[in-house]
Amino acid sequence: METLELGKIGLLIGFLLVIVGFWGILQQKNIIKIIVSFTILNTGINLVMVALGYIKGRTAPIIDDSVEQLANHNVINAIVDPVPQALVLTAIVIGFGVTSLLLAYAMKLFRAKKTLEINQFNDLKW
Amino acid sequence: MLRNFLIALVLASFGFIFLNLYNSYEPKTELTGIAAHYAENGASEVGAANLVTAVVVSYRSFDTLGEITILFLTAAIISFFLKLSNEDENKIIIHKGTSEILQTASQLLIPLIFLFGVYVFINGHLTPGGGFQGGAIIASGVVLAIMANPNMTINHTVIVWVESLSGVTVVIIGVLGIILGGGFLDSTLDGYGLGEFGTVFSAGTIPVIYSLVGLKVGAEISNILNKYQKSQKES
Amino acid sequence: MNSEMIYSLIAIGIGILMLIMAIIAILNDKLSVAVIAAGVVSLFASVLFLLMSAPDVAMTEAAIGSGLSTLIFFYVLNKIKRQNA
Repeated sequence: METLELGKIGLLIGFLLVIVGFWGILQQKNIIKIIVSFTILNTGINLVMVALGYIKGRTAPIIDDSVEQLANHNVINAIVDPVPQALVLTAIVIGFGVTSLLLAYAMKLFRAKKTLEINQFNDLKW
Repeated sequence: MLRNFLIALVLASFGFIFLNLYNSYEPKTELTGIAAHYAENGASEVGAANLVTAVVVSYRSFDTLGEITILFLTAAIISFFLKLSNEDENKIIIHKGTSEILQTASQLLIPLIFLFGVYVFINGHLTPGGGFQGGAIIASGVVLAIMANPNMTINHTVIVWVESLSGVTVVIIGVLGIILGGGFLDSTLDGYGLGEFGTVFSAGTIPVIYSLVGLKVGAEISNILNKYQKSQKES
Repeated sequence: MNSEMIYSLIAIGIGILMLIMAIIAILNDKLSVAVIAAGVVSLFASVLFLLMSAPDVAMTEAAIGSGLSTLIFFYVLNKIKRQNA
């Protein structure tokens, strides 16, 4: 059990969720199922990014009394990496915006043709 | 059959790439590079106790400005797509009332939810939280209000003015940073220094910027959800 | 067992549950079950973010990924069923 620490577990779960998300996007025929697989893909890649910034045995990057006691006022030895967390914060909000846009397009498509299968939308196919 | 085989081939190649990445990954043991600079000098340069907030609002504030722009674009496009046609707007549908438990509980819970959301984005630089989380909490309070009384309409002018004024004020504070401080959206201005570390009025302009961002995000997500709710009415 | 191993075991358990719910979300035929399963994946991801010492990210993922995203899906599903039936 020494090789399985929290950073590697998060990395593995993130990669597996990305593969499950891709499988859903490629295989499904219902538009709503494709959008659900897209959200699973987003969650997986965010997990990968946060897991890359994890350092074993350290705590959250907020300076308060417990962190100062832990590190004898030397903050650089007591916190995990704050930069990937800032990037993932932005990525989650943008993923929500893209999902809501996809659902608005899906509603318009359904109103036009009364069906939700992607095989029926072949107006632009050559 | 060929389609299934091609899908399996694509997934297997992704799995092969990820396996190589996973096997060659060595977990870090120390902060290196720019994270070390942020950890050592974050408290003295920016003055915020929450280092993630210091990175998001002060050190990488351009990315936050880009994210605000993307959310604004999303809200605008959804408003354009889900526009009701003219005859549906004049048709007023009176819904029969929702259940009494929902109405009574929503009157008790909605002020508490708004108070919690405002607390989260005002104290973004001291505890975990910030503008985006607070905005999402405020939007969920608004959704509860819409669902408990379906006949209630949200005043569109109020949302538009709150959102636009917040966005313009963030850019004005950023330009003031160029004139009076160290750069665009810097946290220390000439007359408005860093307060005492650890109190609410610390970290310069960070609480002001994050509160405006929280109001803007809350207004935008409320607008998106209101459009989705209104589009249920038409046939 | 020290606390590091307990956290690793909890993380492995949550990970296995997440993968099972993700596969249920894709394979099931009903749309409402798929949407709720995606919401549960987001919720477990929020707990995993907290175990990896990232409280800001956990709060954002719980509010936006698990709450508002599932809500928007159900608005669209209601509209489609009303037009379909």
